[in-house]
Amino acid sequence: MSKNRLIAIILLFASILIGYFSIQTENTKFPFKFGLDIAGGTHLVYVADTSKVEPSEISGSMSALRDVIEKRTNLFGVAEPLVQTEEGSGPDGHRLIVELPGVTDISQAVEMIGQTPLLEFMLVQEISSDAISLDQGTSTIDQEEPEVTFFDTGITGGVIEKAQLQFDSTTGEPAVLLSFNSEGKKLFAEVTQKNVGHVLAIFLDGQVISTPVIREEINDGKAQISGSFTPQEAKTLVRDINYGALPLPIELISTQSIGASIGAETLDKGVKAALWGLLLVIIFLIVWYRLPGLLASVSLLTYIALILSVFKLIPITLTSAGIAGFILSIGMAVDANVLIFERLKEELEEGRDIDSSIREGFARAWLSIRDSNISSIITAIILFWFGTSLVEGFALTFGLGVFVSMFTAITITRSFLLAISPKKDTPFKKFIFSSGLKGKEKIN
Amino acid sequence: MFVINHKKIFFIFSSLLVVSSILIVSIFGLNLGIDFKGGSILEVAYLSEDHLAVEDLKINLQELNLGNITIQETIFNDSLDGANGIILRTKSLTELERQSILPVISQNGQYQIEQKRYNSIGPVIGEELKGKALWAILVVVLAIVLFVAFAFRKVTEVTNLNNKVSSWKYGFAAVIALVHDIVIPTGVFALLGHYFITYQIDSVFVMAILAILGFSVNDTIVVFDRIRENLSISKKEDFSETVGKSLKQTVTRSINTSLTTLIVLLVLYFWGGEATKQFALILSIGVVVGTYSSIFLASPLLTLFQKKK
Repeated sequence: MSKNRLIAIILLFASILIGYFSIQTENTKFPFKFGLDIAGGTHLVYVADTSKVEPSEISGSMSALRDVIEKRTNLFGVAEPLVQTEEGSGPDGHRLIVELPGVTDISQAVEMIGQTPLLEFMLVQEISSDAISLDQGTSTIDQEEPEVTFFDTGITGGVIEKAQLQFDSTTGEPAVLLSFNSEGKKLFAEVTQKNVGHVLAIFLDGQVISTPVIREEINDGKAQISGSFTPQEAKTLVRDINYGALPLPIELISTQSIGASIGAETLDKGVKAALWGLLLVIIFLIVWYRLPGLLASVSLLTYIALILSVFKLIPITLTSAGIAGFILSIGMAVDANVLIFERLKEELEEGRDIDSSIREGFARAWLSIRDSNISSIITAIILFWFGTSLVEGFALTFGLGVFVSMFTAITITRSFLLAISPKKDTPFKKFIFSSGLKGKEKIN
Repeated sequence: MFVINHKKIFFIFSSLLVVSSILIVSIFGLNLGIDFKGGSILEVAYLSEDHLAVEDLKINLQELNLGNITIQETIFNDSLDGANGIILRTKSLTELERQSILPVISQNGQYQIEQKRYNSIGPVIGEELKGKALWAILVVVLAIVLFVAFAFRKVTEVTNLNNKVSSWKYGFAAVIALVHDIVIPTGVFALLGHYFITYQIDSVFVMAILAILGFSVNDTIVVFDRIRENLSISKKEDFSETVGKSLKQTVTRSINTSLTTLIVLLVLYFWGGEATKQFALILSIGVVVGTYSSIFLASPLLTLFQKKK
């Protein structure tokens, strides 16, 4: 057996294995990953209000915000939620993207995120000292007294490490013990040192929940909220702070929700379209390009097995746009083959024998294949760079498709063609290696 | 060759198409989708046989003061019977506003409904996406000129004195073909969008336009590559003759590749899901126009550039 045939058989065998892998691994740890538009789910975009935060601290606050909301979504039992920050332009540029697969009840989703409390510590400027009783723990603000102003201290839920529920040993009243993180500890010490004797009001979602008086500098990073709340309320507060005190206020600006049945339909039809497209392309290839067309069909099938495995292994989240990119790549994948076969035919017409025509055809088609594919890959990269998640999905499958199909055309089609290239030419052999609808080519 | 000898006819034909596309866009404007101008789309399927008539629904919804609402009837094919339903288009809604709509459609639970899809995009995001889309198209076009100019940088070295055409002109010819290829589908969609609300210029449209750019330049580069090769082989030929010969040699490949691509796109259009229908349509138009331009526009333009010097 010649070396070429051995290589071809190995490649064929490898292709079958890859194909087997891509079909049979659906229930193992390599399933296809589908985007929200196919699996169904909710996609939310929030804009964070960063106007009260120093520019240098924005990115820190944003990642704290992301962590908090991630905890929240995990707590609610959503499978594989995606929470990420995004930088847009302009004053509303700090965004948070939340993807919740399987959740199609938007109001439930929005509630589960929006409910998250915003904890703030504000200094109280006492204009009328009567308004506030000085006794810590039972103090309340007289709501009708307008002469009280609040100053932001910069201390929020974002700098709290954890909250604990405690009960006063004498009165039995519930209290919440807060432990600040290192940043919060410093901030809290600074604020308490400068404002001994002043009231530090604690706000939850804009409502005053406690107004303790600062008696001395607190530098151990611990604070206690005790107020008029029931044990149940204290418990909720502890949970909310631990799992999601928001460091920044957020506002919902974009919502997308897709029912699972619509997504399943998109996938089902996409798969059918891909199969029909593939079948028609193969028929065309065999009718027009005869034996090489048949080989190109095998290399097209290998391409599909290979790219599906790549989708699984990376893994790539498949969206409807991504599937469109993949289907488009099936059509374009044959381009390299077509270029080669047209060249092969030209060489045959010039009177070369089949074997040298194959080698020459490949060598001459290579520049065109390289240049045209590079331009497609450049387009895909720019698309990916600039794109929104929709365009990214397309760019990724399309770009990978171009790349992998170039590889299969120049390796697999070539090895197969060389493996079956005859030692002696006959008119019939030249006919089946040539192309066109009729058999009237000039055949020597 | 035929194409080169009659290039004026093809130039005039292409110019006519481009000019009328531009006219259509400037007269009718673009029917922008909600991802570019902001707004909400709500798709609801009726699970029960009875439901409000569209006219009644419209009157009932007006009480919510949500601005201009368009209601379109539709059929959801995902269930076995194909449930009837509606698609509502409104301004960008808040979550509370969305929640207020559903009871109106179900008449407070009198009819069974299911929300199939909801999409709401704030105007800020819309503006940003629009900017991003324009940038992406510009950058792709620019990158392609640069790449073509780079890939063909040695083209003047292999040719004789009379046939010298700077590689920048190859890039420029490719870009004229590209602009042609994206202006015409845009014109077609502006025309369709004027009469049918579903034909919109949105992210999917931009995605298709960018794919057209990739496909079209691919085609053009293959012809240019052949011209380069022929220039280095037969140095005595006239430039127009070489271009004509190269076209003749590559035309089968151009048509066959376009054909296979068109096959999968048409299958996607007719049998694919709703989400990819528009994409397949725009791209099909683009593939036809792109193949036309790489044969009848880009290469004949080269001979024009060569003669002008």
